[in-house]
Amino acid sequence: MINRTDIQAAVEARLAKRYRAEGRFRLFGILAIIAAISVLVLLIGSIASQSLPAFRVNELTLTVTLEPSRIDPIGDRSEASLRRGSYNSLMQEALRAQFPEIQERSRLRELFGLFSPLNSARLQNRVLDHPDLVGQTIDFTFPISDDADLYLQGLTTTSSEIAPGLLATPSGTSGEIRILADSDVFSPIVSDIRARLTDQASELEDRAARYEIRAASSVGEDAAESLTREAQQARSQAASFRQLASPDSAFVNMSPELPSRLVRMNGGIIQIDRITDSGRTAEGRVFVPLEDTNAGDNWTIWTLDVPQAERRISDAQIAWAETLRERGAVVQGFNTYLFTNADSREPELAGVLGAVIGSLLTMFVTMLLAVPIGVATAVYLEEFAPKNTLTGFIEVNINNLAAVPSIVFGLLGLAVFISLFGMPRSAPLVGGMVLALMTLPTVIISSRAALKAVPPSIREAALGVGASRLQTVVHHVLPLAAPGILTGSIIGLAQAMGETAPLLMIGMVAFVADAPSLSVGGLTEPATVMPVQIFLWSDGAERAFEPRTAAAIIILLALMIGFNGVAVFLRRRFERRW
Amino acid sequence: MTDSANRAPTLFHDAAKTLKGKITLDGVNVFYGPKQAIFDVSMEIPDRSVTAFIGPSGCGKSTILRTINRMNETIDIARTDGSIRIDGEEINSKAVDPVILRARVGMVFQKPNPFPKSIYDNVAYGPRIHGLASNKEELGEIVETSLRKAGLWDEVADRLDQPGTGLSGGQQQRLVIARAIAVSPEVILMDEPCSALDPIATAKIEELIDELRENYCIVIVTHSMAQAARVSQMTAFFHMGDLVEYGPTEEIFTNPHEPRTQDYITGRFG
Repeated sequence: MINRTDIQAAVEARLAKRYRAEGRFRLFGILAIIAAISVLVLLIGSIASQSLPAFRVNELTLTVTLEPSRIDPIGDRSEASLRRGSYNSLMQEALRAQFPEIQERSRLRELFGLFSPLNSARLQNRVLDHPDLVGQTIDFTFPISDDADLYLQGLTTTSSEIAPGLLATPSGTSGEIRILADSDVFSPIVSDIRARLTDQASELEDRAARYEIRAASSVGEDAAESLTREAQQARSQAASFRQLASPDSAFVNMSPELPSRLVRMNGGIIQIDRITDSGRTAEGRVFVPLEDTNAGDNWTIWTLDVPQAERRISDAQIAWAETLRERGAVVQGFNTYLFTNADSREPELAGVLGAVIGSLLTMFVTMLLAVPIGVATAVYLEEFAPKNTLTGFIEVNINNLAAVPSIVFGLLGLAVFISLFGMPRSAPLVGGMVLALMTLPTVIISSRAALKAVPPSIREAALGVGASRLQTVVHHVLPLAAPGILTGSIIGLAQAMGETAPLLMIGMVAFVADAPSLSVGGLTEPATVMPVQIFLWSDGAERAFEPRTAAAIIILLALMIGFNGVAVFLRRRFERRW
Repeated sequence: MTDSANRAPTLFHDAAKTLKGKITLDGVNVFYGPKQAIFDVSMEIPDRSVTAFIGPSGCGKSTILRTINRMNETIDIARTDGSIRIDGEEINSKAVDPVILRARVGMVFQKPNPFPKSIYDNVAYGPRIHGLASNKEELGEIVETSLRKAGLWDEVADRLDQPGTGLSGGQQQRLVIARAIAVSPEVILMDEPCSALDPIATAKIEELIDELRENYCIVIVTHSMAQAARVSQMTAFFHMGDLVEYGPTEEIFTNPHEPRTQDYITGRFG
């Protein structure tokens, strides 16, 4: 006999277990969501933080005198004449005016390396737009070179500045000078150099020992010989370092492989080349002239931790850039060039405009082809096609096409559209057609699902009143299926916007310096799209392309979120009318 | 082929035998794929009166109803054999366009299904697609007339632009009737029009049916025998795809000849 209380007790005993299992399940669910969100935040956060330097730009403003003889050779201010002017040399002269004491050719070349000659194109365009500027003096603002920009944003090297607070006197205001101090104020630098040299020597000796061990245990004679030779080289280099580091030597030379040391004194900047006299005298070259040769005790020693040999910006350029910044000629601001320029070989002038316009044009073509064809196909298959083996076969194939790797569509586009039909390579028209092929299965499948979801009572009501099948579909079914069709189409298009592989196949991977025009004509101009631009920049040699790649990723993500936001908004708006 | 050899023939009351009908069914068989659902039904349905189809669930009364406006064609595997004539014209043939047929034969469904459009557009849709009005005024007149005939005008005259789906169940069904009337049909088919409505709305619809029968041939499927008794002039009893008995409503309910009919009416099954 099983009585009530036994049953009750059994149920209660299991109940606790069941609730615990449910609690565990919910916990796992919450943990999974937290994990997913953390990964997402981590990913996007790291990309976003990497991209920040790209959104800032350091711009140089120069006072340029537009001498008529240089930019208007014919003298009639006509377009033909103005196009023959040499604008870059005018800009170089304006920069030279900031540092008039520089005479040497190689030094001047170094100075002009602070900006790219490509900027002269913009100056030329300004004069072409306003020919009355010829002969006048204007302020021209443009981005500083990408290496200088990276330095000014603090990404090239860490630095430190110490003020010894002891008296020192410069021997001159320009050229090669000596800085004489009373006490051995430069000794810490000497010790540091010696320590580094000793460390490097030990490293080389370790390496030599390793090579010798490998030589002893190696099989072939040639291998043993070359290893022994390299070991000897390392040893001799180590010996020379140790010699340099020996405390007996009267002076110590700075080298580009060591952290750079500069002295800021009396408004000027001097690079230390050598320290002599037991640390009491520093010899060096003046980058920025001093105001006077007065003795003072408020000068500083400025150390750049990354050696000059490991950077792409020289000490001189750093000194000039810092000086320009102090003078207010270089100002950091928001990088609008990223949004208003097309791609460029110079990172500071590179922007996403070309890629964005290319993406918009390509998406336009994709939408124009994929949505009407896809929706019409879905309507036919769902409402009109007889249910036989042929339609079943078609359906299976459409579903399979949705899973085909996108690069296959690129190959198809290459073979059929470009080779067979002879359409222009790298054009948004062809890119749009390829992406439309890729998006069709998605649109068809989601549209069919939306049509299926319309209740049959609506169709019966329409048919009962004497509507033909087409009228039933167009007047009644499609309006009700519209939200689902819309959402499916926009999701398909958003996916297409992020596709790279098929577009690489049809050639949208070339460097395109001019943005295509946002018009029907632009459909056949060479273009690139956002994902491809990201791919190209990620491959770029200059370090400044790294933050720009991350910035382009953020911009693409923002565009896609915007797209999906539009989908959600439109869906909400249409759904209310149901 | 047909299985009517093993089935009992229909029992026609005298009045049913001499009827000259608006709609004539002659040897109608309906198949869903290989399965036969309706077995050799022949009957005459009179004009300007209400004919009720009664019978237990699944006996085929809705199927028969839907043969009259060829709605069974929307089901792929359905096949209708036999002759169906309206005013002597054969309609069960490929030569006849179902679209035109459905403008002559309107239908009201079990669950009210107004279009998700405004009340005006609901009623105006049919006349619009058939081109029954040459301008906006005429269309407006048709809409008003239909709504008046359906007894809905007074309640909705001031909100014709509101969605039809916002009305109550009974009002929606009257709207659907107005929609059916708007194309000036000759026949109105009603498939259990009141089964989703409350008694008061049902009473209103029955009142409406009573008014409409003066001008239209109405066929109503119902599983409420009380309703059939109240509303119809002729009643046909169906059972498992057979037309068992057909005659004037009073006779069927007070003096059924067939034992199956008697069993159903007295509630022994169904």
